[in-house]
Amino acid sequence: MRVIWIAFLGVAVLAGSAAGASKGGSIDLVAYSTPKDAYGKIISSFQKTQAGNGVDFSQSYGASGDQARAVAAGQDADLVALSLDPDVSLLVGKGLVPKKWNSNSHRGIVSDSVVVFVVRDGNPKKIRGWGDLVRSGVQVITPNPFTSGGARWNVMAAYGAQRRAGKTDKQAIAYLYRLFKHVPVQPDSARAALQIFAQGKGDVLLTYENEAIYAEKKGVHTEYRTPKATLLIETPVALTKSGLSKPAAKAFYKYLWSSTAQKAFADQGYRPVVKSVSKGYHFFRPPGLFTIGSAKYGLTGWTKVNKRFFHPEKGIMAKIERSVGQ
Amino acid sequence: MASNAAVLERPAGVVSGRAGGTVAKGMAMGYLSVVVLLPLAALIWGSRADGLDSFWHQATRPEALAALKLTLGVAAVCALVNAVTGTAIAWVLVRDRFPGKGTVDAVIDLPFALPTIVAGLTLLALYGPGGPFGVDVAFTRLGLLLALLFVTLPFVVRAVQPVLLELDTEMEEAASSLGAGSIAIFRRIVFPNLLPAILSGVALAFARAVGEFGAVVLISGNIPFKTEVSSVYIFGQLQSGNGTGAAAVSVVLLAISLGVLLLIGAFRRWRTKHDYA
Repeated sequence: MRVIWIAFLGVAVLAGSAAGASKGGSIDLVAYSTPKDAYGKIISSFQKTQAGNGVDFSQSYGASGDQARAVAAGQDADLVALSLDPDVSLLVGKGLVPKKWNSNSHRGIVSDSVVVFVVRDGNPKKIRGWGDLVRSGVQVITPNPFTSGGARWNVMAAYGAQRRAGKTDKQAIAYLYRLFKHVPVQPDSARAALQIFAQGKGDVLLTYENEAIYAEKKGVHTEYRTPKATLLIETPVALTKSGLSKPAAKAFYKYLWSSTAQKAFADQGYRPVVKSVSKGYHFFRPPGLFTIGSAKYGLTGWTKVNKRFFHPEKGIMAKIERSVGQ
Repeated sequence: MASNAAVLERPAGVVSGRAGGTVAKGMAMGYLSVVVLLPLAALIWGSRADGLDSFWHQATRPEALAALKLTLGVAAVCALVNAVTGTAIAWVLVRDRFPGKGTVDAVIDLPFALPTIVAGLTLLALYGPGGPFGVDVAFTRLGLLLALLFVTLPFVVRAVQPVLLELDTEMEEAASSLGAGSIAIFRRIVFPNLLPAILSGVALAFARAVGEFGAVVLISGNIPFKTEVSSVYIFGQLQSGNGTGAAAVSVVLLAISLGVLLLIGAFRRWRTKHDYA
């Protein structure tokens, strides 16, 4: 199997291997694509600190799943910043990231976001809650959860919101069936979904708050609504075993929770995880916020959720995709 | 690599004094092995990693089959449209004179130079919702075809053009002086001469259309059973950690493409022989 990964990801591996040596050491950062601007800023401010003086960075950005598999296939990485927990778990399984990667005071989570509805200017279809998405005549755009790991947050937000409203597991799954009947296009990534929505397709785009803020900054004529019940998106960062042996990488890892770094995330639309920083920003905190670990709503952590919902063959979503397509 | 060794070990008498040729063959085979054969072998090897039953199961899942059918169907239509339009474009470029011909000729190759994802984006902007022409074919099979036509445009044109340039007009003039109409001349003289070139262009266009990813991923909608092509399906399986499934479908796709390419090649050779017999 390893041979196959290498064959498929040869390009990514080559792209990531061009690192240089320097006096302060070098750090290979492998990250998913959307926080690129934030990391750019964080790195340049880190290099101005004593610990970061003279430290070189080799940065690689791409789809979270691709990046995780590239590292699993041998791409050099000291620090991985991925869009969801299972991508880090893949590296834990390969023995590249220690099992206790999430044992710091922030559980390895460097920034948060929430699942939101992006709607057309003025919200002509009056989309407010999850129930509005399955009204007749409403088209919803959300990426294909099998090509886009990030789209799984959207699916679990939809499911969890139903459970929070008192629906049973069966009813919540029935809601997912109904919801995907309203999805005319399943782009391969969150960014492609935004592109297609901006192009004029669909009435609602399911995405992360930071993408919605990005769209507003780029002048796309949209607004976004945060549903009362929604899922907290938590994006992890982990030091690999090679990173743990480098003082500079460890210092940078710690620096990600400094107020400078957290502000850089917040400026890009991510919710900071350090309280003293989040006070300065006015992110709406929905009353019905739940997490992927909210067991009372049937959310039992990514490992189990992935197996139950996103197994490429037996998962609930695989069945839903089959039913909407046929 | 066995074939490589066999070439090198050929008795000197057979290649009598053509050591240069042997080295060239060895290099060609070595290069082919590293660049094409080895990766393909690795792919096939990977596809059967979980056993033949699993390979068969993965390759014949309903989603996989639906994607395969769609891919082959659209690629075939794309190749056929190319056969007609590509030949027509080559004809105009060789036989007609008009201002800006050199520019048009250069533009033909641009679809190759443009990153295909950009092609997809551009087509989406033009022929998608909110496009300037009020035409919306995005996320339909027609949109898929349009994207494939864009990326495969140069194949037939570039295959036919040189043959048309070489084609002696005397034959056509002779036919004309004997009273043949322009349709008869095209059908009985020009077309048979162009057919081998058209076929090789068609084969290339088909193969490229089967494997295309970048241009179609944005415009195809990716709904399983409706608009999901094999390359996107394979991508989804890879992203979901089902590498064996991805490899299995790739192998089936490659095998069918190889079959089609061999058939077209055989037909081309048969026609060529038949004509000159």
